[in-house]
Formats: sequence, C-alpha cells, structure tokens
Amino acid sequence: MTAPTFRPVGSGAVLADFGGAIDDDIFARVIALDRALSAQPPVGLLETTPAYTSLLIVFDPLLTDHTAVAQHLQSLDVPPADLAAATTHAIPVCYEGNAAPDIDAVAATLGLSTEAVIAAHLAGDYRVFMYGFAPGYAYLGGVPDALQLPRKATAVRGHKIGSVMVAGPQCLITTLEMPTGWWVIGQTPARVLDAGSEKPFLFEPGDRVRFTRISEAALHG
Amino acid sequence: MAEARLRIEAAGPLTSLQDAGRPGWRRFGVPPSGPVDRRAYAAAVAATSGHATAIECSLGGMTLVAEGQPLSIAITGAVTAEVDGVEIGGWCAVTLPPGARCRIREAGGNWGYVAVAGLIEAPAWLGSTATHFLAGLGGGRIAAGMSLVVQDARGDLASFTIPQPPEAQPIHVARAILGPQHRFFAPDKLGQLDTARFAASARFDRMGLVLDGPPLPPLRVDMPSEPAVRGALQIDGDGRMSLLTADHQTTGGYPRIAVVIDPDIDRVAQLPAGAPIRLALITAEESVSLTRAAHDATARWLAQVQSQVRPRPPLLAANLVDGVVATR
Repeated sequence: MTAPTFRPVGSGAVLADFGGAIDDDIFARVIALDRALSAQPPVGLLETTPAYTSLLIVFDPLLTDHTAVAQHLQSLDVPPADLAAATTHAIPVCYEGNAAPDIDAVAATLGLSTEAVIAAHLAGDYRVFMYGFAPGYAYLGGVPDALQLPRKATAVRGHKIGSVMVAGPQCLITTLEMPTGWWVIGQTPARVLDAGSEKPFLFEPGDRVRFTRISEAALHG
Repeated sequence: MAEARLRIEAAGPLTSLQDAGRPGWRRFGVPPSGPVDRRAYAAAVAATSGHATAIECSLGGMTLVAEGQPLSIAITGAVTAEVDGVEIGGWCAVTLPPGARCRIREAGGNWGYVAVAGLIEAPAWLGSTATHFLAGLGGGRIAAGMSLVVQDARGDLASFTIPQPPEAQPIHVARAILGPQHRFFAPDKLGQLDTARFAASARFDRMGLVLDGPPLPPLRVDMPSEPAVRGALQIDGDGRMSLLTADHQTTGGYPRIAVVIDPDIDRVAQLPAGAPIRLALITAEESVSLTRAAHDATARWLAQVQSQVRPRPPLLAANLVDGVVATR
C-alpha cells in the first residue's frame, strides 16, 4: 500500500488523496483515516469529509497550518477499518405504480422484465461512499452490473422526496424535490434527512444498505 | 420587550436569512452556508448590537417596511438604499420610523445585507439560521408578502456611517493555491492560470460565480467525486471556471484547478458582471500568514464599527434618518 498524498486545499484544508478508482479497498483506507482522526484529532481540526478515494481535512488556519496537519496525519496510527462489520440499514422500497415511474423504461432499456429489475436491485449489497450534491444526498455504490445504465439525457422534474433512483453503479435516495436525470425505480418511506430529528442523517459514510420490498399499501400506510 | 415587524414588500429571487453559518456537517452533504460576503454581513451585525440573523439580498434588491415601532437597522455590502424616497446610500445604520419604506438596490456588486437591532424570529436547523438556499433549510428564503417578527426590537440607536472594510475596493488579483485536482489539466493550461485575464460573469447564485476567461478543458472527466471547499475554482467539462461560494456542493466530480485563499473568496464573489480578475498562485505557507493577517485586520475594523453603536441623543429623536442623509 502506498501512503496517501497530502495536497493543500486553499488556506484552510488538506486533502488526503489515496489515488486509484472507486473500490472498497481504497474506500476502507479513507474511512480508516477518518476514524483515526476522529480518535486523535490534531490541534485546530474543524471537520472532515470522506469521499470515494480521498478525505478532506478542514482546519482553522488561525490555530494550525497545512504542514502541522500533514505531519499529524503522517504520524497517526491508523488501524484498518473493517467495512464488512459496518452498520447495515434495511430500507423498505415500493417498486409499484406511481412509486416507480421509470421502472418499465429501465426494464425495456436493459432487456429485462420489471420483476428482474426489482430482483436485481434487491440483490445488491450497497455501501454509503459519501454524501454530496445537497444535504442528505448519500451516494450508494454497489448497483449490480445487470442494473447499470447511464443517466437520462435530460433531467425530469416532479419526483417526490424518498425517490429511490439509479444511474451507472450508483443508487441514491432523494431528500429534496429536485430535477434529476437518474432513473426513479421506487419510493421509500425512510428519510435519509429528517430535518427535525435529533440524529438528522440516517447513514454514516461507510455504512451498508440492503433494500427490502414493500407494497403500495405499506408505502402509504 | 418591544416587538416590531419588518414587512417585505419586494424581494429579489436570491433573498434569504443568514447567520454566520453552520460548519461541521459537510460529511453529510451540508456546506456551511452563511453570508456570501462574510465581512459585509459581520459589519451589519456589529452595527446593530449583535443579533446574528440578518437578511442577505442580491439581484433585484428588496423593499422593507418597519411596523409596530421604530426599528434601527444597518445596511452593508454592494447595495444603496433610500428611505421614503430620500437617498441614504449604503454602509449606514439608520432608524426606520413605523411605516417608513426602505428600498434597497444593488450597487457595484452582487450581495447586500440588512441587520436589525433585535432578534429576527427564524427557524434554526442544525443550530443555525443560515439558509441553504437550494434545500430551503434553516432560516429560509425571503419573498414579497412575508412579515418578519423582530423581538427585543430597538429603535433608539443613533444613525452613523459604517466605516468601509480594509481593502474595500473591487479585487483585481485573487490569491490562490494550485490544486488539489490540477493533475487533470495539461501543463500549458496550468501555465495560463496566473497569466490569463478572467472576468466575473452575470451567472451567480449562492453556490458559485461563473468566471469568463480562456477555456481550460480538463484532460479527462472521469474523476471519482472528491470533496470541495468554498473558494475552489472548479472547471466543468467545457473548460469553464466557477468560484464555489457559501452553498457549494460538498463533493463533486469536476476538478478544482486551484482554490482562492479565504480572505479573497468573498471579494471575488462580489464582483459585478464584467469586472476583471486575475489569479496569483501562492504557497500554502503564504496563504496561512495572509489569512491570519486579514483576520486580524477584519477584527480591528469590526471593533471600530461596534464602538460607534450608541443611543441617539434625545434632541434628534424626531429626525430619525437625518443623521445619515447629512453625511452623504
């Protein structure tokens, strides 16, 4: 394993870049460093942001600097992160009727039956790689190969909060009503972002997600 | 204590409530938000005795009417104001009599601030009333027809001209650090960074400002999404540069060729369409000492603003906005 590269990010942050592509081994190193920093924070640490292959470390430039933070990172004892043991969330999804406006188009595009699309989505073992785009938008990797298709050419409006959608290797549960070019294949009553809650975000980066199937009656019940 | 109302008669599409921001939640996709021009916001708050929630306005300005009782306010940023048709300029603290109509227009930049001497009632999210504009979370967007409740309202503050911040003139050269995703650009494109002439465009919102200039197309667009920060100079697939600001996406798949240092970010975000801007690449060490120096200068200036907040002498009580009119 090569050590990550530490790059300055403006006047108040350092990026630990592990290089490479999107995969579980690289990501496990991102999460391991994130956890080690949380256990042994350097002076002036404000927050961290994990992503697929890198970890952003934001610091207070009045209290520390890039060199001191990078030295702390290099000296950290970083125990490996066991992502297999991460928290697993069971997320109920309705794949029927108005809850799944694009599922027939996805099936037609992939040459599968609608039931095969649902079965493929349910079979996936998903990983929360990172949040981005907007509050609570958690990017889940792990969409099975048979279910991967490029996003739509143009964004479509009017999808409800809780839409379960896929594009390429990624799956996402929406927290806002936003136009999207992703394919909406279901709807969940679960809320990744619950603004009024004590714990407003359902997932931590690194967590696992499995989807379970529910009926339209259960979705609205 | 007294309660006043601030009725919003008109408001441009980017108007919202902001406090100093909501750091600490980026890992969940939540940028700090807060004011796009942090210095102008802080001056408005300092000039009205310090309640954190203020109004940020932009394109189209806004029109406010104080109701219920006199209300002292401060106006800062790239705006100018008139009260009942009398021009009072910008960067001033005034007291609005009940029924007085304060019209605020953009002037020489993109973002303006109105703070009030009192507590604007606003919903907090994750401990902050800063509005994440796209999500509408936090204090919230401001639109015509709304009426803000101001608790502990004061209408007894003397009018004064708020001193301009250090380096108040439009920024011409923004200092920046190369990277972190500069590996996605050919050497000749990187070489153009600190020689090319850029200009602010008219395309901006709370997420960012598009900068016009030579196209700097990335070599590849297959980057796994990486974390982003305020101040990042992000290059899209067509090679167009944007400065990321208060409501920036916390991660994204477009490479950031460089990041503007903290003291210069908001000054670039204030540049009106067509204003020229160049980049000067500096080292990380230089960026930290410049940021510390700018922080000290800003703190001294804000203390100076705060020292001018005082009750109005009784003789002037009848001429609420005159004190500022006379200074312009």
